[in-house]
Amino acid sequence: MNAAARPLGGGRRLPLSWLGVVPFFIYVGIFLLLPTGIILAGSLVAPDGSISLSNFAGINQPYMFKSFTGSLEISSVSSILGAIFGALLAYAVATGNPKGFLRRSVMSAAGVVAQFGGVTLTFAFVATIGTEGFVYLWLKDRGIEMYPNGVWFFDLPGLTLIYLYFQIPLMVLVFIPALDGIRPQWREATESLGGNAWHYWRYVAGPLLFPSFLGCTLLLFANAFSAYATANALLTQGGVILPLQVQALLTSETGSSSPGLAKALALAMIAVVLIVMSVYALLQRRTSQWLR
Amino acid sequence: MTGARRVRLQILRAVIFLFAAAFFLVPIGAMFEFSTRGIGVTAPRTLSAWAAIPSTPELATAITASLELAAITSIMMLALLLPTMVWVRLRLQGLNRIIEFICLMPLTVPAIALVVGIKPLYIWISLNFTDSILALAFGYLILVLPYAYRSLDAGLAAIDLKTLTEAARSLGAGWGTVMLRVVVPNMPSAILNASLLSASLVLGEYTFANLLNYENLQVAIQYVSLVSAGTSIAVAVASLLFAFVLLMILSFAGGRLQVRSPRGRA
Repeated sequence: MNAAARPLGGGRRLPLSWLGVVPFFIYVGIFLLLPTGIILAGSLVAPDGSISLSNFAGINQPYMFKSFTGSLEISSVSSILGAIFGALLAYAVATGNPKGFLRRSVMSAAGVVAQFGGVTLTFAFVATIGTEGFVYLWLKDRGIEMYPNGVWFFDLPGLTLIYLYFQIPLMVLVFIPALDGIRPQWREATESLGGNAWHYWRYVAGPLLFPSFLGCTLLLFANAFSAYATANALLTQGGVILPLQVQALLTSETGSSSPGLAKALALAMIAVVLIVMSVYALLQRRTSQWLR
Repeated sequence: MTGARRVRLQILRAVIFLFAAAFFLVPIGAMFEFSTRGIGVTAPRTLSAWAAIPSTPELATAITASLELAAITSIMMLALLLPTMVWVRLRLQGLNRIIEFICLMPLTVPAIALVVGIKPLYIWISLNFTDSILALAFGYLILVLPYAYRSLDAGLAAIDLKTLTEAARSLGAGWGTVMLRVVVPNMPSAILNASLLSASLVLGEYTFANLLNYENLQVAIQYVSLVSAGTSIAVAVASLLFAFVLLMILSFAGGRLQVRSPRGRA
């Protein structure tokens, strides 16, 4: 292609070198930028074809507000719990042998499990603590009823528990670089200056790790906020969280009569994730200043 | 480190690992246990749910389709991304940030939101070109971009790309030869990493397939679960084990390849 085009280019090299990236830009143009553009433009088209913000008024409904709160609730609870447990596990990994078998297998497993989700993951928990599940029946045989106040498993609390299954490994993966950056010498320096463990965590390690911890929590939040497959498999009731609301609008008859609403909702979701991820990027940059 | 503190730390680590192992392994074990249950309370253990997998045509079709999609997506990803990334590093340094930004964009556009914008495209594709499930590979390539970009980026950063390509070019190699016989052999673990990450993401994908009305592995598992819970859970366990095997290949082959190629790092 290059050789054939050379005579036409008349020796000017600059325009020709652009040809190399054309396939990539055409591809992402069609399958990434165009869909994003469709969402942006479509959200501004009212059902009657005029350009207006009426779709965003359509979001401002009690049932939409409820799914928005549901999404915020499950994302924040699962990200905070996931961050705490994930940080503990990451600490247990980081204090071990850096080339050891344990660390290698935990990191590999975390890589798989962090991507895990959907029907398979839901089945795993149904088979464990569902009312036919292994652990549920095992406890029942010993006279312990897991759900004395009604089964909470098929609702938001159950979904939160399932989300932890991929949130904790994700936290381990993203938080461990910060823990690895902590030098043992800093602890020794604290001790030689007369500080104890509390002083070390409060004044040295804590302030250093906190921005990274906060950033990783935000990443987990965005991760939970975007998750759809697991919720769809577990929840019998539709529209409890935003992704299920998007699905309802895309598949139902009422959805096809107001396509703008689905796009406005998608845009709102993108906006939330974009803001959260930007703050995450800022906090990561702050951490990377001392992380080398 | 003092002795007492070391002991305390080791006890804390053991407790954390114990809890983590229970939380992460029990559900997988329970899933296996569930798939070997017989019908009825006192029925003996049976593998009939597993044996039913090949005789459920819906599942066999979906498994083939998902495996094909995984292969096609990985190959398309390498064919599109690797030459572009090499070219940008050699000739168009200024575009580096833009390419990176675009490749990481799918991280901030949730799949459930992207599918809203991509649905009109797929309606158009199925009307004008093909209604084959393999068309999903176009969308999947977008979903794997961030992960593929990161591993290829790490691989390219570890080799001296400029010197290698200049040497090959001055010896008369064309760009095809440079790519296939110089760049690719110098970063095998990064390429393997990117391909396996893409493959495992495609095998677990549900959102696009379900909302664009295609029946891939995950969608089929859900359909079958309505008829026979045992069989669908058996497939779920099998697909999970398959993902683990893929990753084990990755970590072992990756480890060995890295030992072999520190020369390129120079």
